[in-house]
Amino acid sequence: MTDLHKIFPNMYRDSVALMRLSAEATELPGIEMVSAIMATEANMALLAETGLLNGAPEAGPNDLLLVIQGADEAAISAAADYIENALNDAPKTAGDGGGPALPHSIETALGLAPAANLALISCPGAYAGAEAMKALRLGLDVMLFSDNVSLEDEVALKTLGDEMGRLVMGSDCGTAIINGVPLGFANVVRRGTIGLVAASGTGLQQVSCLIDALGGGISQAIGTGGRDLKSEVGGRAMIQGLRALAEDPGTEVIVLISKPPDVDVAKRVMELAAACGKPVIVNFLGGTGDAANLEEAAHLAVAAAKSETADLENLPRHSLDPDAVAKARAVLGAGQGCIRALYSGGTFAYECMLILEPLLGTVWSTLPINPDGLLDDPWQSRGHTVIDLGDDIFTRGRPHPMIDHRMRGERILQEAADAETAVILLDLVLGYGSHEDPASEMAAAIGEARDIAEAAGRWVHFVGFVCGTDNDPQNASRQAEMLSDAGVLLTASNAQAARLAADIVGDGP
Amino acid sequence: MSSDLFRADLTVVNVGLGNFADAIDGSGGTVVRTDWRPPAGGDADAAIAVAALINDAGIDAANEIAFAKYLAAQPVLQGVGRAGDSLPGMGERTITHSGPPVAWDEMCGPVKGAIIGAILYEGWAADEAAAGSLADSGEVDFAPCHHLNAVGPMAGIVSPSMPVWIVKNSDAGNMSYCTLNEGLGRVLRFGAYDGEVIERLKWIEEVLAKVMGAALDGLGGIDIKTIMAQALHMGDEVHNRNAAATSLLIKALIPPALRSGLDQSDIAAAIEFIAGNDHFFLNISMAGCKSMLDAAHGVTSSTMVTAMSRNGVEFGIRVSGAGDRWFTAEAPVVDGLYFPGYSMADAAPDLGDSAITETAGLGGFAMAASPAIVQFVGGTPADAILRSREMQQITLGRNPALTLPALNFAGTAAGIDVRQVADQSVLPIINTGIAHKNAGVGQIGAGITHAPMQCFAKAVRWLANNRAAS
Repeated sequence: MTDLHKIFPNMYRDSVALMRLSAEATELPGIEMVSAIMATEANMALLAETGLLNGAPEAGPNDLLLVIQGADEAAISAAADYIENALNDAPKTAGDGGGPALPHSIETALGLAPAANLALISCPGAYAGAEAMKALRLGLDVMLFSDNVSLEDEVALKTLGDEMGRLVMGSDCGTAIINGVPLGFANVVRRGTIGLVAASGTGLQQVSCLIDALGGGISQAIGTGGRDLKSEVGGRAMIQGLRALAEDPGTEVIVLISKPPDVDVAKRVMELAAACGKPVIVNFLGGTGDAANLEEAAHLAVAAAKSETADLENLPRHSLDPDAVAKARAVLGAGQGCIRALYSGGTFAYECMLILEPLLGTVWSTLPINPDGLLDDPWQSRGHTVIDLGDDIFTRGRPHPMIDHRMRGERILQEAADAETAVILLDLVLGYGSHEDPASEMAAAIGEARDIAEAAGRWVHFVGFVCGTDNDPQNASRQAEMLSDAGVLLTASNAQAARLAADIVGDGP
Repeated sequence: MSSDLFRADLTVVNVGLGNFADAIDGSGGTVVRTDWRPPAGGDADAAIAVAALINDAGIDAANEIAFAKYLAAQPVLQGVGRAGDSLPGMGERTITHSGPPVAWDEMCGPVKGAIIGAILYEGWAADEAAAGSLADSGEVDFAPCHHLNAVGPMAGIVSPSMPVWIVKNSDAGNMSYCTLNEGLGRVLRFGAYDGEVIERLKWIEEVLAKVMGAALDGLGGIDIKTIMAQALHMGDEVHNRNAAATSLLIKALIPPALRSGLDQSDIAAAIEFIAGNDHFFLNISMAGCKSMLDAAHGVTSSTMVTAMSRNGVEFGIRVSGAGDRWFTAEAPVVDGLYFPGYSMADAAPDLGDSAITETAGLGGFAMAASPAIVQFVGGTPADAILRSREMQQITLGRNPALTLPALNFAGTAAGIDVRQVADQSVLPIINTGIAHKNAGVGQIGAGITHAPMQCFAKAVRWLANNRAAS
């Protein structure tokens, strides 16, 4: 242990500044203690009491005394230099404090923007319910992107929303388009006269993108969250959305999308739809409704908007003619008979199962439409397997597959290595929030998968579709081109992709 | 849904993922970004309680009343009295301490030391051991200063014979009290009780109090807010720095003291004592703040904080609409700047009623006024200004009587709203001295501390559960 005492005669610094400087210098390597003080009588007495004054030179109240204890001369000398430099430094210039700080709460944000009319909430689920309640109490409509909000809380929020005349989209509402502004995971679609209310995020994305591709446009797209049509929630958001679109002068046709709703809720919604005064197209997947799938719903809507009748009978089955399907079937080996559908969108997985099961029998999944098809091990496919990699089982502690494609890439390789795999079915969802260039990620995984299969003497087909528009940040055409270059058999919709996969492994056209 | 959502331009408050805000920005919408953090320091239950209290017309109206009473308060330093004759409810065997209630067994070192000192000063026991037994016997009533309309720095000990400043709010008439500052070093408020300490207390009682009382009689009282307002323009924040305010006070007191006819040597000693103690005004500042905040206390449904205080074991807050309840949490040890030879290991947990100054919008809330204190918060005046601005986010309003030159003479942020503290997870900032954990060592550092979030989380839960039917 070595000591250093140094006097800076007639140098005044504020005691707080000196304490701060001392504290900083004490952090330097090999330093035990640093004390820089004005050598007043009181300070000197204090130093004497702590034994730090031993051997100190004479100093007066106008002198600055520096005392350093450290491991060796080098450390002490470094600390002394540090202090000396800081003492001789020009005073710190007063900055502007980094500009105005961002508000920490919805209420303070409203103080900055009193005209705000909607809160988009994507904080962790444990706090999301409270944030949504604050937003409602502050008079805002709410889009609740967060998941892990209890059903009880969702009912409470939607009840409060009803009381206050405010819309609660969600919880777990992935997407919406209000006044042409994409919210959450949304695509850039043409504005038009078709209004959507969807209890399914990817369902909403698929229908809005297909409407765009068919030349139609969207007035408003309202997400309700996947549980809205459960009996507990009672379709509160869908009913509010339906009413709002019925009153909205910019909306001429209304599309309602959901997975199978509670029977009573469905009845109520259908009654309201029938009485709303505008054409309403309903696609309750696997249940009642005018459209059997999302693609049909888009066609019906675009036709209705033009006051035409949709020719559903003549919609393409998929993108390959029977000869091409036969050729595709011909390259498969004897044991290759299975579809492995690896989705990032939950509704796509569901719709796919609805299409495959009547054609191919049991489809295995973590969320099967037929309970017999429950996969024991989510990480291991069997037979025809359809999985939603965006499901909580797969995303725990990982990013969603629409954002990060690594997990899906690994699963593609795993399926390619399975001798039973004939077709790997993929969705590619574009839009705000999604990965900025998913096709190149997919193409890389597909290339590796082909190498694995070819090394085993097999050819594996990739079937896919792009859910997006050319105005999306990723550009749907460019993404499709990259997939096509990677040898993916592309279709215009999920329904077509499912049918193509089924035809390749089955005996259909 | 709001009937005009489809007709109005969409303006979105984004809470959470930042890239959603980018998407809105990039597609013609207007977005207000937030730096959201989990409310109440991550207490989801308290977050729900806050949600139930936000934008409540009854609460907002109550807060308006409470805040108006705080603003209207005119604390006047009227005179000096004997604690036992002045403090309402002080018995002849009562000793008060700082912070929320605490039992003798659980008190921290400096508070125990100061209580022994007070017992010796009162002559209730002959020596330290006897004083300790008496304190332990249950024959002395211990009470928080706040329960007797008083405040005390550090240990906050007031016993019946001690002289106290008498402050009257000339607007609402409420009275508040605080002892006379003893100076630095070995003093009772840090738990010292040796002969010199007791002797000084006796001198304060017999000489200083008499001179101060006579001077104040001659003046007819001093307006405390006026001195505070001037001191803020002279580099004080009237909590940790009182150099200017003390000078202004003594300037006012000297002429009437000289005219009082008291013994010249007593007057000289009193003036010398004050001149040697830059903190002399602190206790008057505290009583003044207590006066303003007591005026705001007791408004049903109000969520305004009317006291923040520590007893060296617990930190407690009181809320206008929550009656006499304290919402408490463990008192933190201050991670401040320590005098040579001392560290956090030597420190008593946060102690003293002096955070009443921050509660009233001074101290840490007025940091921008005090460049000398700025070093505690990063060093530049800009940092201090940022802190003062941050406090504006958690308060009900500004006090136009107490202005900050560095903020273009904006009024200091005042009227802490427990809802805002919890909702934004922004804690009130407090400038504080640090006491040694052992009785009588004294001050060993100073720094910045924060009121613990748990106090505010408890308060919002209580308020949500006991909300007046609206």
